[in-house]
Amino acid sequence: MAENNRAVLKLKEKFAASIIDVVEFRGEVTVTVAKSAIIEVLSFLKHSLTYNLLTDLTAVDYLGKKEERFMMVYQLYSIPNKDRLRIKTPVAETDCIIPTATTVWKTANWLEREVFDLFGINFTGHPDLRRILMTDDWIGHPLRKDYPLQGPDREPYKGRLS
Amino acid sequence: MGVDNPLGDNVITTSLDLLVNWSRKSSIWPMTFGLACCAIEMMATGASHNDLDRFGIIFRASPRQSDCIIIAGTVTKKMLPVIMTVYEQMPEPKWVIAMGACACSGGIFDTYSVVQGIDEALPVDVYIPGCPPRPEALLFGLLKLQDKIMKERNSFGNAIGLGERYIPEAA
Amino acid sequence: MAATETMTLNMGPQHPSTHGVLRLILELDGEVIVKVTPHIGFLHRGIEKLSEYRTYHQILPLTDRLDYLAPMSNNLGYILAVEKLMAVEVPDRAETIRIIMAELTRLESHLVWIACHALDIGAMTVFIYAFRERETVMEIYELISGARMTSNFFRVGGLSQDVPDEFVKKVSDFIDVMPGYLDQYEGLLTTNPIWLKRTVGNGVISAEDAIDIGLTGPALRGSGVDWDLRRDNPYSGYEKYQFKVPTGENCDTFDRYKVRLIEMREACKIVRQALDRLKPGPVLADCPQVCYPPKENVYNSIEGLIHHFKIASEGFPAPEGEVYQGVEAPKGELGFYIVSDGGNKPERLRIRPPSFVNLQAIEQMSVGSMIADLVAVIGTLDIVLGEIDR
Repeated sequence: MAENNRAVLKLKEKFAASIIDVVEFRGEVTVTVAKSAIIEVLSFLKHSLTYNLLTDLTAVDYLGKKEERFMMVYQLYSIPNKDRLRIKTPVAETDCIIPTATTVWKTANWLEREVFDLFGINFTGHPDLRRILMTDDWIGHPLRKDYPLQGPDREPYKGRLS
Repeated sequence: MGVDNPLGDNVITTSLDLLVNWSRKSSIWPMTFGLACCAIEMMATGASHNDLDRFGIIFRASPRQSDCIIIAGTVTKKMLPVIMTVYEQMPEPKWVIAMGACACSGGIFDTYSVVQGIDEALPVDVYIPGCPPRPEALLFGLLKLQDKIMKERNSFGNAIGLGERYIPEAA
Repeated sequence: MAATETMTLNMGPQHPSTHGVLRLILELDGEVIVKVTPHIGFLHRGIEKLSEYRTYHQILPLTDRLDYLAPMSNNLGYILAVEKLMAVEVPDRAETIRIIMAELTRLESHLVWIACHALDIGAMTVFIYAFRERETVMEIYELISGARMTSNFFRVGGLSQDVPDEFVKKVSDFIDVMPGYLDQYEGLLTTNPIWLKRTVGNGVISAEDAIDIGLTGPALRGSGVDWDLRRDNPYSGYEKYQFKVPTGENCDTFDRYKVRLIEMREACKIVRQALDRLKPGPVLADCPQVCYPPKENVYNSIEGLIHHFKIASEGFPAPEGEVYQGVEAPKGELGFYIVSDGGNKPERLRIRPPSFVNLQAIEQMSVGSMIADLVAVIGTLDIVLGEIDR
C-alpha cells in the first residue's frame, strides 16, 4: 500500500509539513507536495533514494476544477530499484512560477521549456527559457483549457454542408 | 555490327512542344523533402521494391536542381515559411504534389498549429489521398503528373522566351 | 596571430540527413563544432490537445502518427495505459499477438534506422537492402490490419480482429530469414574500415551523463546501463519470454549500432517464442462496457449494432484517477500519462516521447567533433520528429 512505499515513508519522515496528499491508484503512488519544498524533495529523492531518472515532467490544467489551476507532475524512476514514483505540486494561476528542476536533472531543460511554451508556467533559474514547439512570436499557450483547439482565429470544421 | 538500327535512316517528325514535354516528363526530379509519415512511404517508393528510378525520377537534395516538390506530410504553421522558401528557390517549370490527407486538407489534425491543406499557399498539381498513401498511390500520382505535363502547350516557345506556357486545368 | 571568429551555419529543416524537419543552428570553429542549438516544433500538430477532445477509442489512430516508424509500439503503450486505467484483463492470445507485432515493429524501426544511418554516413547499399526487408514487415501489417503504416490494429481490451490463417506462416518465414539478412548488413558494416572510422569514438556519452540527461532505450544501453523495461517492469506478458538485453561498453556510436543489431536478433527470438505460445482463443476481453462487440454481433443483431454505435460515438466513462504506462519502444521509453476526471475523454493525455528527451543529448555528444560527425550522431540517436513535436 501507499503508506508502506519506501519513498513515502522517508518523505513523511523528512518533509512531513510539506506533504499535501499521498494517493495510490492502480499500483502507482502519487505524492503531492507543496510548491515551496519541491526542489528539496526532488533532490532528496534523487540523491538519497536513488530515483535517478526523471522520466517525465509535465503539467495539467484544471481550469475551474481545482482551486489552484495548474498541477506540475514529475515522473521519477529508479534504475537500481526499478520502481516509479510520481510527485505533483500545485501551481496557482496568479503565481504562475516555480523553481526549475534543471538543477537536479539536466533532462528537465527541454521538458520545462515545453511546459513554459504550452502552459505558460515560468521557471525561475532555468538556463534557457524560450518557446520550444511553437514559433517565437506565437500568442497564447495552446494546452491551456481556455485556448480553443482550432486556434483563436478559426472556426472548427463542421463537416460538409452541401 | 554495332547497334541495330530498326528504324533505318528515317526522320521522325514531331512538334517541339511534344519533344520538350516528353523530356520533361521523363526526368521529373523531385526534392527530397520529407515532412512526416508520408515521407517514409516516399522513401519506400524510392527504395528497392518500387524503384522510382525507372521513371527517370531521381531525388535531388537541392531545390535548385529539382522541378517537382512532393509535400509529403503534415504542414504546420511553423513549417509553412520554410516550404515557401524552398518552393521559391526551385527553377521554372515546377510542379507540386500534395501527398497524403494532411497535405491535401489537414487530415485528422484540425488543430491550432496545422495548415489546413498546402493549397492555401502553393499551386498544387496532383492530390494524392491516403494516410499515408501506398507507394502505388504515389506512383499513380506521379504518372498523373506526367500526363499533365504531356498536355502542356507552348512549352518550347516559353523556354526560349516566346509567350506564356499553357498549363491545362486538370490531367 | 590572426584573429579568428566562429561561423554560424543553419542545418535544416530541409536537409536530407536531419531525419525529417529538425533544424540545427551550428556554431563552427573551422570544421569543429562549438555549439549546437536544435530548433524543433516544425511538425507540432497538437496531438495532446486534440486528444482532450476525443474519446479513448478515438485517440488510438492519433498514436499511430507519433513515431510513424513504429506505429504498433505506440498503440501498445496507449492501450496498456487505458487498460490500466479501466482495469481490463486482456486474453492471452491478444497479448501474444501484441508481443509479436511489437517485436516486428522493433525490427521495422531498427531496419529504417540502419538504412538511414548507413545512408547518412555513405553506405547506400544497406539502405536498399533494409528497405527490402521492411517491405515484408509492411506486408504483414497489411495482412492483419489492412494498412501499411498507420495500422490502428490494437483495441482497448484486445485486438480489432483475429489474425488471418497465413499470418503465422508469414511471420515465421520472415524471422527465419531475418538473421541471415542481419549477417549481411554486418558483413557490409561491422568490419568496414570506413564505417569504423566514422562510428568508433563518435558521440561518446558516459553512463552518468546519459542518465542525467534522461536517455532511454538503445541509446542508454549503448552507454552500458543494463536497463530494459520489457525485462525490469514487464508489461503485456513479457515476463514469459527469454531474451538478452545487450549493453555497450565504449558509449560510442559503434556500440549503439551493435546494441541495436543484437536487439534485432533478440526480437526475432521473442517472436519465435511467441509464435510457439500462440493458442486459439478469444482476442477481445469480455468487458462490454469498454470493448467493441465482435463484428458478427454487429452485423447480425440489433443489440450488437446499438452496442457498437454507443461505444463508437460516446466511448466509455473512465474512473477518476491518473495512470502512467511506460513501454520499451524501439527508441526508448515511451510513456503515456492519462489524467481522467471521470468523463469519456481524458482530462489530459501526456505523451512522453523517447526521441524528445534523447535529442537533448545531441549537444553533449557532438560538441568538439567535426561537422560531418554530427550526421552520425543524429543517426545514432534514432530520432523521429513525429514524436518529438507531437
